[in-house]
Amino acid sequence: MAKNYGAVAALKNTSLSVLPGEVHALMGANGAGKSTLVKILTGAIRHDRGTILVRGKAHLVRSPADARRAGLVSVYQEPSLIPDLDVLANLRLTQTPVEPFRNWVRELGVPDLDMRDNARDVPLAIQRVLDLARALAIEPDVLLLDEMTAALPANLAERVLDVVKRQSRTGRSVIFISHRFVEISALCDRATVLRDGETVGVVDISPGVEERIVELMLGAKIEKARAAQRQATEASAHGEAGTRIAVRNLRVGTKLQDVSFDLKDGEVAGVVALEGQGQDELFAALAGSTKPSGGTIEVDGRQVRFSHPVDAVRAGIAYVPGDRSEALAMQQSVRENIALPFSAAFRNWGPIRMGQERATVQSAIERLQIDTRAQREVQRLSGGNQQKVTIARWIAVDARTILCFDPTRGIDVGTKQEIYKLLRQLAAQGKSVLFYTSELEEIQLACDRAIVIFGGKVVDILPVEIADEPALTRAAYGLPRDAKAAVGILAETASSEGARP
Amino acid sequence: MRFLRQHGWVAGLFALFVVLFILTKIIQPGYGAGDFGSLVRAVLPYAFVVAAQTVVVIAGGIDLSVASMMALTSVTAASMMAGASEEYALFVVPFVLALGFALGALNGILIVVTRVPDIVVTLATLFMLQGAALLVLGAPGGGAAEWLKNLIIGTVPLPGIPDGLTTWIPKALVLMVVLLCIVWIPLMRSRLGLSIYAIGSNQLAAFRSGVPVARTKILAYAIAGLFGAMGGLSLTMSTGIGAPIPGPYLLASVAAVVLGGVALGGGKGGLLGPIVAVFVLRLVRTDLTLLAIDPNVTAIVEGTIMVAVVMFGAFIVMRSRSS
Repeated sequence: MAKNYGAVAALKNTSLSVLPGEVHALMGANGAGKSTLVKILTGAIRHDRGTILVRGKAHLVRSPADARRAGLVSVYQEPSLIPDLDVLANLRLTQTPVEPFRNWVRELGVPDLDMRDNARDVPLAIQRVLDLARALAIEPDVLLLDEMTAALPANLAERVLDVVKRQSRTGRSVIFISHRFVEISALCDRATVLRDGETVGVVDISPGVEERIVELMLGAKIEKARAAQRQATEASAHGEAGTRIAVRNLRVGTKLQDVSFDLKDGEVAGVVALEGQGQDELFAALAGSTKPSGGTIEVDGRQVRFSHPVDAVRAGIAYVPGDRSEALAMQQSVRENIALPFSAAFRNWGPIRMGQERATVQSAIERLQIDTRAQREVQRLSGGNQQKVTIARWIAVDARTILCFDPTRGIDVGTKQEIYKLLRQLAAQGKSVLFYTSELEEIQLACDRAIVIFGGKVVDILPVEIADEPALTRAAYGLPRDAKAAVGILAETASSEGARP
Repeated sequence: MRFLRQHGWVAGLFALFVVLFILTKIIQPGYGAGDFGSLVRAVLPYAFVVAAQTVVVIAGGIDLSVASMMALTSVTAASMMAGASEEYALFVVPFVLALGFALGALNGILIVVTRVPDIVVTLATLFMLQGAALLVLGAPGGGAAEWLKNLIIGTVPLPGIPDGLTTWIPKALVLMVVLLCIVWIPLMRSRLGLSIYAIGSNQLAAFRSGVPVARTKILAYAIAGLFGAMGGLSLTMSTGIGAPIPGPYLLASVAAVVLGGVALGGGKGGLLGPIVAVFVLRLVRTDLTLLAIDPNVTAIVEGTIMVAVVMFGAFIVMRSRSS
């Protein structure tokens, strides 16, 4: 299988074969091509090369309806029920038999479902269960579960895994995608590992196989990371500092469950998490765009309650989102974009002081070395320069804390280096930075510590010296720090956590 | 309880209509069956254009070309029937309906294939259809078969029901109900109907549920074209001629859809609400005319009623959510 997006090859040479009656895990780090492969199998996008064979027969899968005819049915990460139709109409839409559906729903632990309720009114976790029940009622040859258990409470997740396991014994196959090793070792028979768009290995699941999978996912990167380690150790040499932000037992929605950590003055703290572990919610809460449902945030020792992003800005907290189009007025000039936070602040009623604005903006532009040849419209700048503009505006207002959410996504290597340097400089001036990144090697390049979040909780805080890619990957998958030393420890974890997966 | 939640909006609108009707009786004690008949005849083309807009809006789109579609089908019918035999009209009617269906489908195909936003595509076809209508008939003219005109004149004598009641059932009302039901009820019972709600509600989820999104969208616009053609025919039927410049049907259709409880975002609502809404809007106009109020003020009052009713509805929904 191969798929190109323009010049970028998302999949180069990927193969996946699943036996009848098998539960097969599909694994890979962020960007390995996992989600592309899933989209191809479900007919959401078309592949450039390769074939899909179901029970030895080649199928052309160009839409989810085609996929279903070929015997491939998926349960997606987000619910796919139509919100404005009731459950019954949703079944009719997909021509799902009602009685089997009802049985599966009961089996999955939802006894009291009103089929006449609009899907919109059904709680999110139950919607996921209904999605699964609907897929099971169709009796597919291959069932594809993408992060099925991510949004489920423990008791439902357990039922789901149980049902999936049992139904696979009837000769159907399951492709199971999950970030949780515990679930994979409890449920799956084999795993296919992808890296950079290629299948790099197929392994049998047995105690202690996690190490092998992590190695396969990372490949040659392990060595490279070691080299970067020394450099980073030097960077972390600074003394005791005051606590800028203290987060205690923070809860936001269903994703972020219990997070506590300190962010010190003059520190760059890295946040590491797999996709959807609650990091979005954490940053949104600190930036004042979401209200936490529990726990406290203290800034400079005083407890704060943000009800609007402007409250966070006033407390000196600036948020730099990963998606630059979220932060910039794309058709405005560089100057206007940088000046936006302080010119738009409501405390300065009356006309904008143009001279002052220009001077402040100019100094920020120079410090960040923003390429201003195309400064009339921000959208004409390169991604890297756009990102610099989003950071520059907060330097211009002298924010004391900067929250960077994956700021180097889609940026060229040179500019990445400049951004790391910039973050280090800011820290040296006593500012504090919270830096979420999906590229684990950046932790040792820019950070002092790595806070690892898994399943909505802080599972580990690693000092930078040992925060190399393998260690971070292990932690991000919820594996204990010394898993390598004690082979088979996960087998124990699995059995002890089996009671509450 | 569930019935009230799902149909409360329509019931409320209907109550509003009854209140307005009583009000009309008070303003003009002589308001009788004949006047009701002419109200229904005036509503007839509006009802079809509203039905057209409703289908498209439920599918998550909008069709700005409905009024021009009416004009073109109306002049086409009128010019074909001018001076022709009565039997010829039997051929004209299905032809014009097919024309509407095809032009509507063209709207849908343009939107799906070019991926230009629906509002832009239908704005463009608005002008195109408008121009075509003027080419067919440069000025109001043409004719209509007598039997067609008679279809909406008078009342329906039903055996076993006293005359006093049947005078309140004009033929136009029966025609409207029959034609709308012939299209709407089978549609709602088919998978296509569900698919139309599905793509309006959440296009991605619909795609993943195996709904052929492109085909459904094209068919939604085609059905709108069919309703538009019915509206055009009803115009020709009631006036006996064809007019190439459409009346205020476009804005009226959007207004009735909103007032009728169909979410402009798509996926929610039915046909009954907008139809009752269009009756309400026409009756308000009648009342204000009877009160001899300046027609310009009438427009202001209509707008105010729309905002007030929609706000009131949103308020009720919010209250019921929080409790």
